Amino acid sequence: MRMESPAPATEAVPTKLVLEHVSKSFQTSSLHVQALDDVTLRIAEGEFVCLVGPSGCGKSTLLNLIAGLDRPDGGTVQADGQPISGPGPHRLMMFQEAALFPWLTVLGNVLFGLKLVNGLSSAERREKAEYFLELVGLKRFMHSNVHELSGGMRQRVALARSLAPNPGVLLMDEPFGALDALTREQLYGDIQRIWSQHRKTIVFVTHNVREAVCLGDRVILFSPNPGRIREEFSIPLPRPRDINSVDLARYSTEITRVLKGYVQSEVAG
Amino acid sequence: MIARWAVASLFFACLIGLWQLAVNAHIWSPLLLPSPSNVFIYLWSSLEDGTMLEATLVTVRRLLIGYGMGILIGLPLGLLTASFRWSQDTIGVLALGLQTLPSVCWVPLALLWFGQTEAAMLFVVVMGTLWSLIIATDTGVRTIPPIYSRAARSMGSSGFHTWTHVILPAALPFLLSGMKQGWAFAWRSLMAAEIYVTILTGFGLGHLLHYGRELNAMDQVIGVMLVIVMIGLAVDKTLFAPVERFLHRRWGTGRQ
Repeated sequence: MRMESPAPATEAVPTKLVLEHVSKSFQTSSLHVQALDDVTLRIAEGEFVCLVGPSGCGKSTLLNLIAGLDRPDGGTVQADGQPISGPGPHRLMMFQEAALFPWLTVLGNVLFGLKLVNGLSSAERREKAEYFLELVGLKRFMHSNVHELSGGMRQRVALARSLAPNPGVLLMDEPFGALDALTREQLYGDIQRIWSQHRKTIVFVTHNVREAVCLGDRVILFSPNPGRIREEFSIPLPRPRDINSVDLARYSTEITRVLKGYVQSEVAG
Repeated sequence: MIARWAVASLFFACLIGLWQLAVNAHIWSPLLLPSPSNVFIYLWSSLEDGTMLEATLVTVRRLLIGYGMGILIGLPLGLLTASFRWSQDTIGVLALGLQTLPSVCWVPLALLWFGQTEAAMLFVVVMGTLWSLIIATDTGVRTIPPIYSRAARSMGSSGFHTWTHVILPAALPFLLSGMKQGWAFAWRSLMAAEIYVTILTGFGLGHLLHYGRELNAMDQVIGVMLVIVMIGLAVDKTLFAPVERFLHRRWGTGRQ
């Protein structure tokens, strides 16, 4: 298995994703929602960016736009300097529910994405699938059925499924939101380890500030109605980070204070 | 496993015992209630002279052809109604309406259109199968959680690939129950057709049943009914049950 060497931390890191003046609105039967309004954001290659905000602030919409599952109403979304025209194995999405296919085994699920990548022999696909299942610690469950796994294990399989086609960008939409605290902490460790080994660009959506500080190089705060970027925080803490550390708590307290400030002003105003 | 067999055998032995007791009580004329041994003798002799086997083959062949045609037409139409508003408002409504029509109601129409031919038989079986299969496929596809398609699309699946690799397998539990229901309806409609329509191209189980009544041969009537039940059971155990077991194991549904 070929490994990607970690990108050196120089100033000249190329930009992976560029969003310029992006807006997107939805019309439901009862109301008009301005999910995103004039959002501009640059994400460097290999960067781990966390998007935080209350529900309805458009962070999931932003992920869908980057994934190519949706088109913006205005503005541009680019990956590697090219406008994003549709979904593909270069930018893979992980959802809150694992979204594994119950008609396939664990191995079959990981192979699903690999089969959509051109130019791989079936032996290579199999090898990759097993490698990534090993990476998330579930190789011995590869012939299991999805319903036999716990919630945390399912998210691990979903992670392996997303990593296997070797995407440049991993988009994670509250992937740990439905898990218990202990399982989540294990997965924070796993995802940091895998990220430092494979240096994917990760855009991670959450409403948990502590989680964002634990994982992100940058934490970006969104405010709802209309969805806008309010503030950005760099998190220069060394890795691997422990969610229970005091340094981390200091950052998350600060960010939470800012978040509360504008949520309250929104309610008052 | 052996215990389950023992329980089942004991149960059916008791049923036959009760039947024999009812015969021995002489409440009903033996013409109306033949003894189990008489029915068995009829079945044996009809097997020996070949009438039972021939009638079974004729019926099963009609059933398989009609059922197969129903699936081949119904499955794509069900996918169509689940995918497009216009087809849901047209074919979907038509299927919903015709599904409520008991399949025996097609017999007079089939007779007038096709005469006393094999085509009339097949027509009735297809009409009995088709509509419920369209409804089941439609329901199955609509019940799939949208997250499956989104996840697949995110990985680069689209169009035909999504249909064959995501939508159809995800709808499989519904498709199977639709096919089981379609099978039951096909049986019912074919028996109705065979009992009402005499055709010269083949003498099926329904005809055998019908002539049993004409001849007041109660042992034949009950014997043929038993054969029909046995075929239904055999098909369920050999065709549908293995697929159901697979689905339960994969999906983690049902009692083990």
